[in-house]
Amino acid sequence: MSKIIVAQPAPLARRNFLGQAGGVLLSATAISLMAGCETMAQSSNKSESQDVAILNTALGLEHEAINAYQLGAESGLLDKGVLDVAVKFQGDHKAHRDALIATIQKLGGKPVMEMKLGDYAKALKADTLKSQTDVLALAAKLEMGAINAYLGVIPAFKSGDLAKVSGRLAADETLHWTVLSQALGRPLPGKALSFGA
Amino acid sequence: MNIRCVAAMLLTLSGVPVYAAGDAGRGAELYEARCTGCHSLDANRVGPLHRGVVGRRAGSVTDFAYSPALRKSKLTWTEANLDRWLANPEALVPGQKMGYSVAEAVDRADLIAYLRRETSTP
Ligand code: HEC
Repeated sequence: MSKIIVAQPAPLARRNFLGQAGGVLLSATAISLMAGCETMAQSSNKSESQDVAILNTALGLEHEAINAYQLGAESGLLDKGVLDVAVKFQGDHKAHRDALIATIQKLGGKPVMEMKLGDYAKALKADTLKSQTDVLALAAKLEMGAINAYLGVIPAFKSGDLAKVSGRLAADETLHWTVLSQALGRPLPGKALSFGA
Repeated sequence: MNIRCVAAMLLTLSGVPVYAAGDAGRGAELYEARCTGCHSLDANRVGPLHRGVVGRRAGSVTDFAYSPALRKSKLTWTEANLDRWLANPEALVPGQKMGYSVAEAVDRADLIAYLRRETSTP
């Protein structure tokens, strides 16, 4: 895992991880997603509010992912190289979160709030994590769940632009899952079309 | 639907074993792959906890923030309603916030068999 090269310099990543998310990068992502939503201006209010509901469900997934990586990082179980990658992935989830919040607000919705770290710890049974492998396995499981969720909700979106956002989120999570499962020494999926079935 | 589609459907159906009761073992695998991104049996996450859902009033888990639509739906999760929900949640409860659906009837039956099994084993 430590051989994986992360584009972002580690000290910066670490700072983002422990402190606030890096504002410049995130808002750029948010803006690009929002720009993609401009064409939805004419869509009806009812289908917009349905789409907002699904976006909020997606936002809930991102809150959970951010907190899961936080729990992993704070566990003290991760080597430096692995921690750097976890930090990078958490940063991606923060970018997803910020983009989703911006889009939900733009559509007149109210973004769901994050729960407390302790609530996520309980729901994810963080007390059962005893090794780096346990942490990586939990992260891989959550990323896989998110991939399938994002692909699965695509048909529910009335807006094609938002369906595309869901596909892009799934692509990022697939990247994460692939790296994590390689780090765990797991084989690649045996068959094509294994995601989102 | 044209006749070729109907024929293809019938062929597909005839190739599939009859899943009157659903296969809970296969349902467990499907649940792991498709539902655990949002749900767990014993904890509220993005979706409500599932243990005990069969026979439960829809939208009734305490501490879970349901959509107003599901909370007020007055549905009970009979197996038939679960099947309709999983096939198309928005059609059953307009305004719901799950959005995720399961296209294949066989998969739904297996998932429901699993949920029923887990309802009775704490
Ligand atoms: C994208 C996240 C997501 C996925 C994936 C998902 N669900 Fe849900 N589920 C939800 C949400 C959110 C709700 C609450 C809906 C509401 O309040 O309108 C819900 C509600 C439900 C309910 C109603 C429970 C109750 O207490 O009334 C059932 C049953 C259910 N889901 C079953 C499933 C099954 C089975 C799967 C897998 C095939 C699944 N869900 C996959 C998010 C998801």
